[in-house]
Amino acid sequence: MSDQIEPIAPREISVHDVEFEQVVQNGPKGFFDQLQGFWVTFITMFKKVNTVQYPEEKEPTAERFHGRHQLNRHEDGLEKCIGCELCAWACPADAILVEGADNTEDNRMSPGERYGKVYQINYLRCVFCGLCIEACPTRALTMTNEYELADDSRSKLIFEKADLLAPLRQGMLMPPHPMYPDMEDVNYYRGDVKGSHPSQDVQK
Amino acid sequence: MSTTAQLIGADPGWLIIVKAALVFIVCVVLTIMSVWGERRIVARMQQRSGPNRVGKFGLLQALADGVKLALKEDLIPAAADKVVFILAPIISATTCFMSFAVIPITGEVTLFGHKTAMQLTDIPVGVLYVLAIASVGVYGIVLAGWSSGSTYPLLGGLRSSAQVISYEIAMGLSLVAVFIYSGSMSTSDIVAAQGKWWYAVVLFPSFVIYCISMVGETNRAPFDLAEAEGELVGGFHTEYSSLKFALFFLAEYVNIIAVSALATTLFLGGYHALPGLGFTETWLGGWFTLIWFFIKVLFFFFIFVWLRGTLPRLRYDQFMQFGWKVLIPVSILWILVVATLRVLSLQGASRAVVLAFAIGIVIIVMAVNILFENSKTKKKNMPVAQSAKPSFAVPELPIQVSSINVSQKGGDRV
Repeated sequence: MSDQIEPIAPREISVHDVEFEQVVQNGPKGFFDQLQGFWVTFITMFKKVNTVQYPEEKEPTAERFHGRHQLNRHEDGLEKCIGCELCAWACPADAILVEGADNTEDNRMSPGERYGKVYQINYLRCVFCGLCIEACPTRALTMTNEYELADDSRSKLIFEKADLLAPLRQGMLMPPHPMYPDMEDVNYYRGDVKGSHPSQDVQK
Repeated sequence: MSTTAQLIGADPGWLIIVKAALVFIVCVVLTIMSVWGERRIVARMQQRSGPNRVGKFGLLQALADGVKLALKEDLIPAAADKVVFILAPIISATTCFMSFAVIPITGEVTLFGHKTAMQLTDIPVGVLYVLAIASVGVYGIVLAGWSSGSTYPLLGGLRSSAQVISYEIAMGLSLVAVFIYSGSMSTSDIVAAQGKWWYAVVLFPSFVIYCISMVGETNRAPFDLAEAEGELVGGFHTEYSSLKFALFFLAEYVNIIAVSALATTLFLGGYHALPGLGFTETWLGGWFTLIWFFIKVLFFFFIFVWLRGTLPRLRYDQFMQFGWKVLIPVSILWILVVATLRVLSLQGASRAVVLAFAIGIVIIVMAVNILFENSKTKKKNMPVAQSAKPSFAVPELPIQVSSINVSQKGGDRV
């Protein structure tokens, strides 16, 4: 067998055939040039300190900082999440658990057929990569700039749907409630719904 | 006026105990403050703010660290030599305080109605005693490295011993010039001899050599090869925890203060005021000299911190080369010059003779320097020698290359 293996031919190309730039090596700098370093450290002592005294003063994060997630709502208060689990499938760290359920006429959480019944994000696993946000077809899942997520137990770091849902803003109604009159789910996704309608307020 | 030795000799026993306690307390407090000070200063040099949480300005940080260390679990590795392992930090921590016994901290003062000086004892070979104590302190480090029964501490301990041995020679030699000029080894006599001119000015080369070697002696950056966090994981104290580690930590900082105090005493006129401010020495019944002393010590401490904030750690071979091939020969030559000058002036030689001697020395140094530079450029311009294939077996190079010349564009085979 061994004679069938051809020995590797000596390489035709030599290192010297390759063009290379001249490397300038000046050697150590002069004594006074070396003293410059001392001046740098000395003068830095009188410069403004860069430290942020964190717990007392907080600086805003970068605009698109990947922080804690948020489950958004439509303008009338219905949830955007449709329980499709695409976020959970996209998650590389397997941090998201979604269980969808059917919307009914008396229990409508979101426009359309389905809504997310169980929604959990495990922040012990989450790597804040944002793939779930890219996967979400309804913009239900976005990330906030909140970064203070430390806690003292594992169970506290599994965020439930209630922890993640965006608060109700002005003009929003707490679901379950029916869809805006004469609007389809498609209208919701196109952003045609600008607020709630009095007929949606079933609590009254 | 009586000498300091006579003044101290008249101390009653209880006063000696009080003074010993005072010196000890000053050392410990100064150490705690210097740990804080160093961290703050280094932080400022890096545009950080440093410890500022515990107490006002973080002043109690070192104390909090000490409490934390004391409460930690005290581990002794299974492979360690138990007795030596426990003994090593004790040696380190006790010897570092001892050199303060001969340091004159103030001039003549009144303490509890007794005329005395803040100096525990004044022995005729005071500086020699300090050097001896410093060398005993190295045993702490060496034994700690050896007794840990682990590789990194052993390397750290060996490095440390080699380092301190090499730099102690340069240190000792730099002090010889001081002895020659002051005519005494007693610290108080040396301080008294600097009434007119500080030895930092008169014996400037000695001062520089001492300053360099005291950094080497205390294992501080840029000469902290014995600890070398990056390479030796802490070096000799890798296996130490809890109070034993705290003792090493304490020893390091007390040592810094000790060598700074010695430098102050030998080169910066000890407790004397700055030139032109001599009238302040009588303020507060003489106690103002204490302030002058500590200003000078803290000046040296700042230099230590500044060095640490500026310079990267030396490579071990560079470090050894610097110690043996630069510091020691230079200090030997300097001693020869100083001794000759001293003899000339003691024998009443005329100014012309002294001047001629000095000019001669300068010419010789310049000539040697020129020869040295010439040989260096000659060496630099020499073509790279073609080395014959060694007689022992070596693996074949993947590409047959005799040497790679990167200095020429598109360089050809050498």
